[in-house]
Amino acid sequence: MLDIAIVKRLGALQLDICFASNLGVTALFGRSGAGKTSTVQIVAGLLRPDYGRIALGDRVLFDSRQKVDLSAPERRVGVVFQEGRLFPHMSVRRNLLYAHAARQNPEFERIVDLLGLGDLIQRKPSTLSGGEQQRVAIGRALLSAPDILLMDEPLASLDAARKAEILPYVERLRDEAGLPILYVSHQIEEVARLADTVVLLSDGKVLATGTVDEVFSRPDLMPMTGRFQAGSVLTAAVTCHDADRKMSRLVFPGGALIVPSIPLPEGRQVRVRIRARDVSLALDRPKDISIRNILAGTVESLTDTEDPFRTVIVKVSDEAGENRIAATVTASAVADLDLIPGKSVFALIKSVAMDRRSMALPPRDDIVA
Amino acid sequence: MLSDAETDALLLSLSVAFWSLVVTLPLAVALAWVLARREFPGKMLVNSFLTLPLVLPPVVTGFVLLILLGKQGWIGVWLDRWFGIEIAFRWTGAVVAASVMAFPLIVRPIRLSFEAVDPRLEQAAATLGARHWRRFLTVSLPLAQPGIIAGAVLGFAKALGEFGATITLVSNIPGETQTLSLAVYSLLQVPGQENAVLRLTVIAIGISVLAVVIAEILAQRTRRRIRPDQANDA
Repeated sequence: MLDIAIVKRLGALQLDICFASNLGVTALFGRSGAGKTSTVQIVAGLLRPDYGRIALGDRVLFDSRQKVDLSAPERRVGVVFQEGRLFPHMSVRRNLLYAHAARQNPEFERIVDLLGLGDLIQRKPSTLSGGEQQRVAIGRALLSAPDILLMDEPLASLDAARKAEILPYVERLRDEAGLPILYVSHQIEEVARLADTVVLLSDGKVLATGTVDEVFSRPDLMPMTGRFQAGSVLTAAVTCHDADRKMSRLVFPGGALIVPSIPLPEGRQVRVRIRARDVSLALDRPKDISIRNILAGTVESLTDTEDPFRTVIVKVSDEAGENRIAATVTASAVADLDLIPGKSVFALIKSVAMDRRSMALPPRDDIVA
Repeated sequence: MLSDAETDALLLSLSVAFWSLVVTLPLAVALAWVLARREFPGKMLVNSFLTLPLVLPPVVTGFVLLILLGKQGWIGVWLDRWFGIEIAFRWTGAVVAASVMAFPLIVRPIRLSFEAVDPRLEQAAATLGARHWRRFLTVSLPLAQPGIIAGAVLGFAKALGEFGATITLVSNIPGETQTLSLAVYSLLQVPGQENAVLRLTVIAIGISVLAVVIAEILAQRTRRRIRPDQANDA
């Protein structure tokens, strides 16, 4: 749907962006200063690239060779900015109806419902909480009937509680709105929870593009995510619940996990993010241990993380397929256990480390297809 | 209570102030927006030129206007020939003099107000499909309203009391160009008119206070519209 290939000089930063994104959520992921926000502004028509081409389906938004450069109002690109940018002198209703397209939008009631805006409609933006403002901003962008929704770190200015309040709405949006979403974030948790595709940006360049599982499991990219953020993402299926013990069992290609119970029907797919620092390694299968998840695998590779740590990629496989789990350990542990590629190890993961926040519903299959 | 001449002077002053506001306010809003939002070569020059009426002696400004707009003036000849408009020694000339003197005072607060409008809100409006004019009318203009009110009040007050440029350009003709200030000046030249002077002075003070109070009420309302929670702090 969105095809972008542009070059733009921004002071010391040379932006050289090329990727395509489809229906569902494409995350633009990278550290601050990587060029994420500039990319959003370029797609929205608020910043002009030096040269290149941007197309949305068969609509060309910008093409330096054919001298096409649609203005922002002509692009039909909805933007949710980090700071909301609601019009302070208008009520929530007038904000929502600002776009001409919004006035005849038959979806009005449904979008107001989807974002839980019903009770806010008469209020002024300054009387809303940060989370409420952001929901109104999302609604306002959606009601303008855009061909794509750009979300530029929409949760960055919110505290953890507000984030938790908004994320479910964004998930519903992804599954129900039926339009492509370009989601900018430097928070791996948000990306792992929401995205279908990840575009990893660094210093203005695209380092990698792929599914969430692929990009976050690639060992060579782990320095990009930092020691505390590094981890692996697995797509697993709920197989059974143990109501007495309040635990659920998830199966994924390469093994199974016991996690605190999740309120989902059996057979439902979930996406689990395991932070590398929550994984320990052992050479023998430990006995009499509180850790519920012990996965047998082999060391595939090691990456230098920030000293004195190393991130070890462990490959786990069974008849259903294989997956990779990242474990951050100290360099001295690597030396003592003699962890080298090919060595058999056991990856130990505390169930406690996998709370509700590290699990998310992957995008519905019919949307992705 | 007032003599005919005093009533004439009062009505003429109000009419001159009103018409100079009608003429200058749209121009001032347009220029203020351009100065706040656009960079162009010669911006400094425009700025300096705009300040001139504030720093020049009003008599000098009036004389320059006379040279330009008088019956034999560069622009005056042309105005007379093509439109049959006479400026010098007519009440329209008083409007021109008041407008020129008030213009910089009107532009300044409006410009500051436009500069205070977050350009990111205009960007947001653009992504919602609003083109130039709609962005201006629905976002920039309403948010700059406190400054526009302030500018209008300052301009009105200045136009009401303008003296130097007015007397130089249009002289002091009772019933045609004799505004409130000029009437007070004339009365002061004649012994025994202290009561008349006092009456006009009280009226002038009354009008000015009223204008300021109305402006304050309007500004208060605007603030409440924009930030209902903080309207009382301001």
